[in-house]
Amino acid sequence: MKVTEKLPVINKLGLHLRAAAELVKVANKFKSHILIQHGVQNVNAKSLMGLMTLAAAKGTDLEFTIEGDDAKDAMAALRQLFANKFGEKE
Amino acid sequence: MAEKIYNGVPASGGIAIGPAFLYHPQGLSTSRRNLRTEETKAEQDRYHQALTKTRAQISELEEKMKAKLGEEHAAIFQAHQVVLEDPLFLEEIPQAIQTRRLNAEFLLVEALEKFQSVMASLDDSYFRERGGDIQDVGNRLIKNLTGAEKDQLKKLDREVIVIANDLSPSDTVSMPTNTIKGFCTDVGGRTSHVAIVARSLALPAVVGMQNLTTEVQDGDIIILDGNKGLVVVNPLPATLKQYQRLKESHEAFLKSLEELRNLPATTPDGHQVTLAANIEIPQELDEIFKHGAEGIGLFRTEFLFLNREEIPTEDEQYEAYKELATKTGVSPAIIRTLDLGGDKFLSHLNPLNESNPFLGLRAIRLCLKRPDIFKPQLRAILRAAAHGPIKIMFPMISTLAEIRESKILLNQCILQLKKEGLVFRSGIEVGAMIEIPSAAVVADILIQELDFLSIGTNDLIQYTLAVDRVNESVAYLYDPLNPAILRLIQMTVDACHNAGKWVGMCGEMAGDPQFVPLLLGMGLDEFSVSVSVIPEVKKVIRMMPFEKSKEIAKAALQMKTSEEVLKLIKNNIPPELRAILF
Repeated sequence: MKVTEKLPVINKLGLHLRAAAELVKVANKFKSHILIQHGVQNVNAKSLMGLMTLAAAKGTDLEFTIEGDDAKDAMAALRQLFANKFGEKE
Repeated sequence: MAEKIYNGVPASGGIAIGPAFLYHPQGLSTSRRNLRTEETKAEQDRYHQALTKTRAQISELEEKMKAKLGEEHAAIFQAHQVVLEDPLFLEEIPQAIQTRRLNAEFLLVEALEKFQSVMASLDDSYFRERGGDIQDVGNRLIKNLTGAEKDQLKKLDREVIVIANDLSPSDTVSMPTNTIKGFCTDVGGRTSHVAIVARSLALPAVVGMQNLTTEVQDGDIIILDGNKGLVVVNPLPATLKQYQRLKESHEAFLKSLEELRNLPATTPDGHQVTLAANIEIPQELDEIFKHGAEGIGLFRTEFLFLNREEIPTEDEQYEAYKELATKTGVSPAIIRTLDLGGDKFLSHLNPLNESNPFLGLRAIRLCLKRPDIFKPQLRAILRAAAHGPIKIMFPMISTLAEIRESKILLNQCILQLKKEGLVFRSGIEVGAMIEIPSAAVVADILIQELDFLSIGTNDLIQYTLAVDRVNESVAYLYDPLNPAILRLIQMTVDACHNAGKWVGMCGEMAGDPQFVPLLLGMGLDEFSVSVSVIPEVKKVIRMMPFEKSKEIAKAALQMKTSEEVLKLIKNNIPPELRAILF
């Protein structure tokens, strides 16, 4: 199964270290391969170091490509994480 | 595997045969090291152990921070944990160890550098700076890898020959001598630190191998020939057999020297000198009487100060010096006060980045500037002197003012100890080392306010001839028999004898059996040498008539070159001695 979706970064600080760590934690709950595309960059969502190199500030759109049996569930979980501002207040 | 022979500088005699242990002290260990296919599994294991250790450390930090500042502040360490679980650390590095057959530290540094260069190019300063967090995790991991390496040396449970680029005093001070059978280093000369340590531990050593560390693999069978300065890697069975025979006959020779242990260092015509030992690290104390020393002519105190952040306390020093007094019993022991600087540094004592440390603030100069360091040592020595005939010696004296200043400090310590009611001995003998040419020239002035002098030839030669003793390109100029050196020695000896005092020599020169007939004739009263050469020096003294040695010394001072001096010695010693020495 392959799912593709764009998720916007809406929290104030952007995909900073702690937010990225949350993203990795969620991504690691799934077996699927999760790829994030931003401009010319492609990174593994399970790699904090990869996520950091995206330098995604508030307002950035990140394109997720998820491949695997649990791709749909993974996409749903990530959608929720982004909407919840990674558990941050603003 | 083909046998390979490498040439180096013979630094300490003897033959050792055993597996190589490549030692990469911290700081050097991130350098690239090629692995053999069968070694990659062990390297992966080592890497995984470091990962586990790092995880545990970060958890501990997280807990501590949580208890101290609350959950929110501890979140950074949770992020660090996530960094550590990155595919880079979990998958890419172990994979690269196998496919590229390189050491983990090197691959880590390479990957982190690549990551940092991406981070540094980011526009957003927040993300640029987060590179630091990831570097932090990476550094911790690297430290655990290299730190384990350092521990590995301490924990060795098999006999090995240590191969290293260089070994510093902080490396050798913690080495287990029961498992290490010899040393071999890429750099260094006959008087470099590792050579001196090897001789005092009676371990064979070859130095100045250039780049042996890149030629040898961990576990390769090595023959270390400290007599000829050869290293044979993966020897053929015939070579191995030949060396095993040589090793046995060398050991038999050493055994024959043991018979001399309880005999005095007296010439056939009845002239007696004192044969004492130089002690670099306390482990050697048990060896000295086994080798037939009659005391300690130089007890170095640097070992107490190396490998630590804090200066040792007076009580800690007192315990160490008391152990010395207890172990040597009625034999005299000369404690040299702290000789730091030059090639031995302490992070906390070296605030100045001197461009010329050998001519800088070292030894007695440093101590006089820092009474907070010097006085506790003087007090500890005075207190230990209550337990045995301990003497005190100041290193690197260049003027009478330094002697006077040191003695004033010593007297202040005596008065304070008296006031505090502590047990100590006030009538301690005080001497100085002659290591600086100007001090040798005015030895007659200096000796008037001292009880004895001891000539430190390593520095005296290097300062007189302006030769850096570890610089291989000028090492040929480092020559104990240079006429200038012989004159300075004779001046020092005569100055002491004219004042009715005694004089010794504690430099490497005193321990070279070829020079012993000459030094004997020049009138040295005490030879203080590395523990391992004591029997050989004693053997020479016991075979060399004093009257004849005086003739040699007198003639030597008229010679124009060191070659002439050596020839003179060779031609004028008894034939049975010539057979041993030349």
